[in-house]
Amino acid sequence: MSARLPHRSARARRALIALALAFIGFFLVLPLVAVFAEALAKGLATYGTALVEPDAVSAIKLTLLVAAISVPLNVVFGLCAAWAVAKFDFRGKSVLVTLIDLPFSVSPVVAGLVYVLLFGAQGWFGPWLVDHGVRIIFAVPGIVLATILVTFPFVARELIPLMQEQGRADEEAALALGATGFKTFLRVTLPNIRWGLLYGVLLCNARAMGEFGAVSVVSGHLRGLTNTMPLHVEILYNEYNFVAAFAVASLLALLALVTLVLKTSLEWKFGYGRGSAK
Amino acid sequence: MEIALSSQLQMQAAVERPRKRRRGRKSIIPGFGLTMGFTLAWLSLIVLIPLSALFLRAAGLGWNEFLAVGFSPRAMAAYRISFGTALGAAAVNGVFGLLTAWVFVRYEFPGKRLLNAMVDLPFALPTAVAGIALTALYSPNGWVGQFLEPLGIKVAYTPIGITIALIFIGLPFIVRSVEPVLADVSADLEEAALSLGARPWQVFLRVILPVILPALLTGFALALARGIGEYGSVIFIAGNMPFKSEIAPLLIVTQLEQYEYAAATAIATVLLLASFAMLLLINGIQAWTRRRMAA
Repeated sequence: MSARLPHRSARARRALIALALAFIGFFLVLPLVAVFAEALAKGLATYGTALVEPDAVSAIKLTLLVAAISVPLNVVFGLCAAWAVAKFDFRGKSVLVTLIDLPFSVSPVVAGLVYVLLFGAQGWFGPWLVDHGVRIIFAVPGIVLATILVTFPFVARELIPLMQEQGRADEEAALALGATGFKTFLRVTLPNIRWGLLYGVLLCNARAMGEFGAVSVVSGHLRGLTNTMPLHVEILYNEYNFVAAFAVASLLALLALVTLVLKTSLEWKFGYGRGSAK
Repeated sequence: MEIALSSQLQMQAAVERPRKRRRGRKSIIPGFGLTMGFTLAWLSLIVLIPLSALFLRAAGLGWNEFLAVGFSPRAMAAYRISFGTALGAAAVNGVFGLLTAWVFVRYEFPGKRLLNAMVDLPFALPTAVAGIALTALYSPNGWVGQFLEPLGIKVAYTPIGITIALIFIGLPFIVRSVEPVLADVSADLEEAALSLGARPWQVFLRVILPVILPALLTGFALALARGIGEYGSVIFIAGNMPFKSEIAPLLIVTQLEQYEYAAATAIATVLLLASFAMLLLINGIQAWTRRRMAA
C-alpha cells in the first residue's frame, strides 16, 4: 500500500505525516488534554469536591436516567425498522431510510424547539397539559423526548445495512424448520447482529449522555431538577467556576474515551461500522 | 444498490431452495405489519409530526411577518456568520481532512491506529465539553491564545473562534468519507500514470482526485450541514455579540428566552429548510457518483 507513490520523495512523505499529526494534535488531542488539565488545576481534592456536590450528583443521576430511557427505546425502534427494511420488499423503502436519517441533519436547537412549540406553555398542547397538571417542557419528559429525537437514527442506521447484508436465508431456514417468528428473531437474527447492535448502542448512548443543544432548549435549567451533566457544565462555566465545570466535563470526556476504545475494538475485531459512524 | 443487493440475496436463496423460485411469492418471514407499523408510528410521533408542527407554526405567521422576523437584519447577520464560518471550517477540513485520510491510508508510522481512532473524538465528545475546552485554549490567557494575543490575533469571542470549533466538529466527516474510497483507488492506474512519466502531483490531480472527489464533496456537505446547525461547541467560544459573533441557532435560543416565539419559529424554519437542502445536495452527490460508477 505504502509503496505506490515513489519513495524518492521520502522527505515529502515525512512532511505530510508531520503536518497531519500536527493538525490532529492541535485540533483533537490538545482540547482533550485541556479538559483534564483544567479539571485538575487546583488539585485532586478540589476535583473530587466538585463531583460530589449535590447539584453535580443530581445532574449525573438525571443524565443516567435520560440515557436509560432513550437508548432502549431507540434500540427497540432500530430493531423494528431494520427488520422491516431488511427482511421485506416494499415501495418507498429508500424514502423511509432517508426519513430515519433525517434527525442527523436537523440542528439540535431546532430539535428542542419543535417540542417547545408542541408542548410548551405557548404550544399546541400547552393549555391542555397545564389543565391536566402534566409538565413536559422544563421537565424530565421533555429532556427525554429531545434526546430521543437527536439520537433517533443511531441504532437503526447501524442495523439496516448489516441486516440487509445478511439477507433472509437464515431466518427462512429457521422458520421452515418450525421455529416461531419471535424465536427466530431471538435465536437466529439477534446473535447475527449483536456486535453491530452494540456498536449502535455505544454511539447512541454517547450522544444521549452528551446532548446539549436540544436538551438545553427544553430543560429550563432548573438546578438539581432538570440539569443534565452537559447543562451543569454550562452553568458552572458561566458562573466562572471553571474547576468544577471542567471536573464534570472530564467525566463526560472519560465517557467519550471509553466509547472510543470500545468502538475501536469492535471495529478492529469485527469490522463493523467503519465509515458509517456519522 | 441496497435493493439490488437484497434481490441478489433473494435469488441466491431461490437457487438454494428450488421450491421458492416462484416469483411474487409472499415472504414466509413474519412480523412485517408489527415492525413496519411501529417504525412508522414512532417515526411520525418523534420526528415527522414535531417537524411538521414547526412548518405549520411558521405558515401561521403569514408571509409578511415570516419575512420580517425570519429575515430581520439581526437574523441575516446570524445566517451570514453561521453559513460563513461553517463554509470556512468545511474548507479547512476539506484540505486537512484529505491530508489526514491520505496519511492514514498511504503511510505507516508508530501510533497510527491510535491516532486514527482519535479522529472520531468529535463524534463521541459532548459538544459542551469541546466548547469549554476550546475556549480555555484560545482565550487571551489560554495555552494557545497567549501566543496569538501579542500578534494581534483574537480567536476566542470572534468568528475565528467559531470556525475553530466547527473545524473540530467537522473533521471526522471528511476523513471518514474519504478514507475508504482512497484505500480503493486502483494501484494500477497510479503506477501506469507514473511509469508514463507523470509527476506525483499530476497523478494526484488527474488520477486520484477525480476518483475521490464525490466522497470529498459528500464529507464537505456533511461537515457543512453539521456546522450550520452546531450549537454546543460554538456558544462558549463565540462571544455571542449580535451582528458580530451570534450564530443562527443561538439566536433561536435567545428569541425563545424572550418569548419571541414567532422569530424563533421563523429562524428555525430557515435553518430546517437549509438542512433539507443540504440533504438533497448529499443525495444528489451520491446519485451522481452511482451514475458515474455505472458509466
